[in-house]
Amino acid sequence: MEVIAFLVPLALLLGLFGLLGFLWSLKNGQYDDLEGAAWRAISDDDEIPTTEGREPSAAHRHGV
Amino acid sequence: MQATRDFSHYVKHLGSGLAHIDLAVEGVSCAGCMSKIERGLSAIPDVTLARVNLTDRRVALEWKEGALDPARFIDRLAELGYKAYPFETVSAEAAEVENSRFLLRCLGVAAFATMNVMMLSIPVWSGNVSDMLPEQRDFFHWMSALIALPAAAYAGQPFFRSAFNALRTGNVNMDVPISIGVILALAMSIVETIGHAEHAYFDAAIMLLTFLLVGRYLDQNMRRRTRAVAGNLAALKAETATKFVGPDEISVVPAAAIKAGDMVLLRPGERCAVDGTVIEGRSEIDQSLITGETRHAAVEAGSDVYAGSLNISGALRIRVSAAAEGTLLADIQRLLDHAVQARSRYVQLADRASRLYAPVVHATALLTMIGWLIAGASLHDSIITAIAVLIITCPCALGLAIPTVQTIAAGAMFRAGVLINSGDAIERVAEVGHVIFDKTGTLTLPELDVVNSTAVPADVFELAGRLALASHHPVAAALSRAAGAKSPLPGVTEEPGQGVRGSFGGEEVRLGRPSFCNAEDLAEEILRRDPEASVVAFARGEQRYAFAVRQGLRPDAREVVAALQRRGIAVEILSGDREPAVRAAAETLGIAEWRAGVTPADKIARIEELKRQGVKVMMVGDGLNDAPSLAAAHVSMSPISAAHLSQATADLVFLGKGLAPVIAAVDYSRKALRLMRQNLYLAVGYNFLAVPIAILGFVTPLIAAAAMSGSSILVMLNALRGRRVRQEKV
Repeated sequence: MEVIAFLVPLALLLGLFGLLGFLWSLKNGQYDDLEGAAWRAISDDDEIPTTEGREPSAAHRHGV
Repeated sequence: MQATRDFSHYVKHLGSGLAHIDLAVEGVSCAGCMSKIERGLSAIPDVTLARVNLTDRRVALEWKEGALDPARFIDRLAELGYKAYPFETVSAEAAEVENSRFLLRCLGVAAFATMNVMMLSIPVWSGNVSDMLPEQRDFFHWMSALIALPAAAYAGQPFFRSAFNALRTGNVNMDVPISIGVILALAMSIVETIGHAEHAYFDAAIMLLTFLLVGRYLDQNMRRRTRAVAGNLAALKAETATKFVGPDEISVVPAAAIKAGDMVLLRPGERCAVDGTVIEGRSEIDQSLITGETRHAAVEAGSDVYAGSLNISGALRIRVSAAAEGTLLADIQRLLDHAVQARSRYVQLADRASRLYAPVVHATALLTMIGWLIAGASLHDSIITAIAVLIITCPCALGLAIPTVQTIAAGAMFRAGVLINSGDAIERVAEVGHVIFDKTGTLTLPELDVVNSTAVPADVFELAGRLALASHHPVAAALSRAAGAKSPLPGVTEEPGQGVRGSFGGEEVRLGRPSFCNAEDLAEEILRRDPEASVVAFARGEQRYAFAVRQGLRPDAREVVAALQRRGIAVEILSGDREPAVRAAAETLGIAEWRAGVTPADKIARIEELKRQGVKVMMVGDGLNDAPSLAAAHVSMSPISAAHLSQATADLVFLGKGLAPVIAAVDYSRKALRLMRQNLYLAVGYNFLAVPIAILGFVTPLIAAAAMSGSSILVMLNALRGRRVRQEKV
């Protein structure tokens, strides 16, 4: 059972990566338009020219 | 004079050589619109970002500084078929967005901690009934503490802060029992872990925070969304004014940038955005938005005009006076302030529930402890049992009961064309027993329409419509719209205040005042039958025709009034318009109770009278003169075409040509209130089942977890039923 001492912290570490991923995506503005995101996922269009589908820049997000 | 448009007021400079603007866009509703707009805007060179936000109906644009005039985006969107307005984020909205993000961050942390603590708790629960060694259990408990303590310290902030603020001012709110429960549960768990005990409640404490944060986030998100809707409405209404920047030079600027003493130009067909005095020019103005009066008033140099007036016939040069000096607006504002104060006393259902809740819970816990002490239990055991009572009664489902229903109902109402301006509006609409309608612009459509088009040959109608395209006069605009005219006649000249003339097929054609076309007799005949109509005459060679133009009733007004009455709601009209017009509308709609020629103060007096009788009144109105009564009523509704001030005051705003959203609002709200009550009973009932178990000291962490998640899920599933109301044919 000594393996638990190693496995439990490892499991927590993996969970922590998930949490960091969530916090990053939140900061990145990915939850700002859930309705739009739902439609974008099933949109037939490829990338939109010139904007490359990128998220609004950081300066804007913090202003709003 | 060609006006330039100046949007520099709205442009944000990002520093890295990029400029940014937010536009509120009307009519974006689907994925198709989204990609159409993004493609259309990205095709403009030097645009670096064009992104639609479908939730908020906005588009964010970034471009290389100085390379473009932002007015081009608005033109491009108009070409694509969307009306767009520059947008200025108010600080209140920015604060709501920040708050939403913070709650979501807390929720993420709490959910992560709950999942991982559960991963450690389940082995303990199963180990306790089999062969787990005490050292292993202690290890799992210490790992749980390691996760739960920092997570609770972070994710509990919204509750701890609010509880602290309440206590400091000597109050108790819902967050006080929550904070005490969480903190005591964690403290007790540490003590128990140190003492190698069997049970620790780290999982219960952190799970409680998670569920409560879901409710808190939904509540906050609803508030953020209503704020965004209100912001969009403000942007859609953001009046612009044509300002003289030189003796003969004009520029279109946002009304917010106009100061007292500025000179502005008001062209025929434009709505005035400022209060001021006419310096030059002569015209008629339509003040129906301000006074409800549909008859036009003549103005000339020296006359005062108020924001919201529609200019009819001639261009006016106006000197802006300070808004506060406009006696009419000041009056309305004063009534408004008074009415708003009176309404803020309304106590929401959730607050009433929580006021009852805290004392009961704390008393129960205290009595449990005293009871066990008297029964001879040790101090340690008595405290543990009391804390278990606090944990099991923590209002986890109670915190979800109302926000979940509100979110679902707001979504359903949004799809039915109703925008919610204030969070508690749903509860208040559900209680309404009496609806008061304003007539002009509410029961009637705000636009004018030709009512006798069938009396005129189709080719004449079309020709008159094409001729009307040359005029800015609103009656002419209504005629060309009704005739579906697209191509203007060439070589048409306008005679100010009279009409337009041109030629077609070698004959002279004229459109305008009856006297301008020698058709007074035709006009008189129409006016005798329909005294409310405006008459526009058309002459082609020797032939004479007359069109009757008036505001028509909304297409479904009759059905909606009948549907309201079927639901046991009394319907009444209070209008500032003259008696014959109001009588005609009331008779057509089957409304027995109506009053004409009422002032804003009269409307408020009537609402107060009903209030004293204990009747909850919904006011539906659009004019500036309605704003105070909108605020005075129990709940209020405005069409999207309403005056700015009215819309800001209304709790609900409805879209579209019909009145059907009024019925939708009533139906969804009634259902929502029913579900909220059910949810409260469910949540409280669940707790009442669990409390005796806790008082007797039989609660284990497993029972606490099952009770908490079970009741929360039940409440959420019940809330989902708010998406549909029984379909009755309206």
